[in-house]
Amino acid sequence: MSVINGRVWKFGDEINTDVMAPGIYFKLPIEEAIKHCLEAVDPTFAPGVQPGDVVVAGRNFGVGSAREQAAMGFSGLQVGAILAVSFARIFYRNVLNLGVPALILPEAGEIAPGDQVRVDPVAGRVENLTQDKTYAVEPLPPHLMEMINAGGLMPYLKTRIAGEATHDSR
Amino acid sequence: MSNTPATLVEKIIARAAGVEAVSPGEIVTCQVDLAMILDSGGPRRIWPRLKELGVGVWDPEKIVVVADHFVPATDPAAAAILKLTREFVAAYDIAHFYDMQGICHVVLPEHGHLKPGMFCCGGDSHSTNAGAYGCYMAGFGAIEMTGVLVTGEIWTVVPETIRVDWSGSFGTGVAAKDVMLLLARELGMDNAFKAIEYGGDTVRGLPMAERVVLTNMAAELGAETALIEPDEVTLAAIRAAGAEPAADALTWRSDPQARYQARHQFDAAALQPQVAAPHKPSNSGPAADFERDHIRVDQAYIGACVGAKLSDLHMVAEVLRGRQVARGTRLMVAPASNRIMAEAAADGTLATITAAGGLLLSTGCGACAALGAGILAEDEVCISSTNRNFQGRMGANSSSVYLGSPYTVAASAVAGRIVDPRNLL
Repeated sequence: MSVINGRVWKFGDEINTDVMAPGIYFKLPIEEAIKHCLEAVDPTFAPGVQPGDVVVAGRNFGVGSAREQAAMGFSGLQVGAILAVSFARIFYRNVLNLGVPALILPEAGEIAPGDQVRVDPVAGRVENLTQDKTYAVEPLPPHLMEMINAGGLMPYLKTRIAGEATHDSR
Repeated sequence: MSNTPATLVEKIIARAAGVEAVSPGEIVTCQVDLAMILDSGGPRRIWPRLKELGVGVWDPEKIVVVADHFVPATDPAAAAILKLTREFVAAYDIAHFYDMQGICHVVLPEHGHLKPGMFCCGGDSHSTNAGAYGCYMAGFGAIEMTGVLVTGEIWTVVPETIRVDWSGSFGTGVAAKDVMLLLARELGMDNAFKAIEYGGDTVRGLPMAERVVLTNMAAELGAETALIEPDEVTLAAIRAAGAEPAADALTWRSDPQARYQARHQFDAAALQPQVAAPHKPSNSGPAADFERDHIRVDQAYIGACVGAKLSDLHMVAEVLRGRQVARGTRLMVAPASNRIMAEAAADGTLATITAAGGLLLSTGCGACAALGAGILAEDEVCISSTNRNFQGRMGANSSSVYLGSPYTVAASAVAGRIVDPRNLL
């Protein structure tokens, strides 16, 4: 997996899935729905975020529902990585399954909005180029890295299914 | 089975992973006994992926599909989602389909799908609800449910178990919902990768309809899942649903020497009715404190998997009998399932609610997630028996949702403002 180099969008503690993907937009096609991602918290985020930008948040990022649209906001807007003090369980699994690296960074509070950061999920390193600080983060476990390296759960399943088909034909 | 003492969730995961024992933190792959998907994040998201992968489902007998989020359709987009859900069920020969029968977490046990020791996955965060039946069930997103439907497997990190014991009896006007609003405050909402196990004489004394409130709202604690060790009450509920528990059902319990990450003990008699202020369930405190703040409510809502079961409707009727909903406040009641609706009609509960001025809505997830009837306008205030109150959860971004028990919601509907229900009981 390549190193991510992007500008920081900063969010607080307990940002929930209802503000990431409001229920009132559920029926919209996903490419329309994600334009409302986090609009109640920061209306400039969805229109302004650039591919490769990095989301930095506080505790329990993604608390709430299983709704995949919450995670699709970040994959759809091509966020490069998410760094948070902690993640809610289902959201964490969803973003990883969609191929967005999510890393636990206890020092996330030190990073400021607009900072330029460099994230290496394999080496487990986050560099804040603006503040000239470097953080070591826990790399993702090998079984998750295997899936993320494949590009997410769907490409991973394709590889697995192809492997089984080859196996069956033997 | 291993000789190392284990908690209930560890035993279920070990069995599903096909190993003797597991330890917290270990990553294992489990065979899934039941996979539940819904209209919202179900076929509409999963079917295109199955087509892309060019494969079918692993076992149509083990899949339950429930149409509950967009029911009944309120516009062509919702109608199309429901139509696609029905077509998916026909195309893949899904054995169990509940179309507009009620909310999935209530419908599953109503139809005898849950038994102690099972390992289940659901496409909804409140899938933790099922743990009251002594099984593991957790929520997953649609992409991960696609993987489950294809492979019949899921990976999990074996969670640490937190034991929460309650002893004593609830006072008048106190319900399981108050337990959870208090626990959201006390244990916080950041318990990812942990399992909550509830016990104690209070819990053993609760009927299933109240026990599931504890496991349902473990989602609000951020937990992987929550469980209650099965007992005769559990088995009677399974039999009443027309199913037969396995002979070893009562052996699915934690070992006496099992290791818990933490143990908490609470006194039920000391518990007061609780209310959670916007915009999170952990923002809670005694209802009496909120009463002093004179918070006027536009809407009182009784609904959702957690707050519109028959026992919940009974609590509402107990408050409303001989009283009227306040002018300027609207009370809406969306029973959690068609079976509950029929039972509440037969025993006179619905008549009591409508006589007091309450409006009956159809069964389904409805306004709880701003999907169906009963959505809030800008700046409106609602008190609700549902399980979460995040900003915009029930409608406009500037609306506010307070959470309370069915007693508290009904009493607040009568008063037109948030009150402690004990003055009306």
